[in-house]
Amino acid sequence: MSAAADGVHDAPNYMLIWLYLFIMTVVELGVAFLPIHKSLIVMFLLVMAFWKALLVALYYMHMKWEPVRLRLLALAPLPAAAVLIVVMLMEYV
Amino acid sequence: MAHAAASTMGQAPERGIEVYNQKVGMWVFLCSEVMFFTGLIGSYIVLRFGASDTWGAPNEVLAVPVTAVNTFILICSSVTMVKAFAAAQAGDQKGIKIFLCATAALGALFLSIQLYEYTHLIEHASWQGSHGFTPAAGLYGATFFTMTGFHGFHVFIGVVCLTWASIQAFKGRWGADNTHGIEVLGLYWHFVDLVWIILFTIVYLI
Repeated sequence: MSAAADGVHDAPNYMLIWLYLFIMTVVELGVAFLPIHKSLIVMFLLVMAFWKALLVALYYMHMKWEPVRLRLLALAPLPAAAVLIVVMLMEYV
Repeated sequence: MAHAAASTMGQAPERGIEVYNQKVGMWVFLCSEVMFFTGLIGSYIVLRFGASDTWGAPNEVLAVPVTAVNTFILICSSVTMVKAFAAAQAGDQKGIKIFLCATAALGALFLSIQLYEYTHLIEHASWQGSHGFTPAAGLYGATFFTMTGFHGFHVFIGVVCLTWASIQAFKGRWGADNTHGIEVLGLYWHFVDLVWIILFTIVYLI
């Protein structure tokens, strides 16, 4: 078993992650109401939101250091969630 | 019993998932929560696409600056929560108490600001010529209050659990030999923060 799977790892720099999240939120707010093409803004904001969510999951929820089986368990609903959203969106395609 | 014992003799024990049961239980619960919020977000997207003419620009109806501050508060509460867990791992009793209480206080502050936002929207905002933006204000109002309301309910449950954990901290329950409760509660709290990051973008910025 790896050191990570044992739960033994150096503590990440939680304040640095907080700073990233803060800066990304400020950037989101700055970009959200810019007078540019709406679809570009939507794409950018969604990428930023998922990036922030990923930072929280990896470092604050410690997914980066969890055993592979637990990571698979945590990821299990994401394909189902993606299918649900895509199928709903196809209503308008 | 004898039959069961005999049937497993000579077999290697199963490896399992390599983490303690409460943590697995919380992750299974969070998986169900992912689907719950996906259902809400999916419904919001479909209704918004289908009735875009009845949807207002978020910055014209909602109090985006106030909610941005609230987002910042929730992000800060995630830091204090993870610091409480780190303090528990280090056996730092003072740190556990400070960071758990801070997390509960920040959660309560988030809820207070959300209630202020709701009051402001219902009593002072204007929407499609009518005074007040309420859950009855068409699809926009219904979906807005449903999504943010359910998230707020999750924050409320988290604050109740954090208050209990803080009281337990003052009784000396948590420490280097007992971190599971704080870690599992932390998973829930970070998930609530993670969901808000997505909701804030979809509901308030797009």
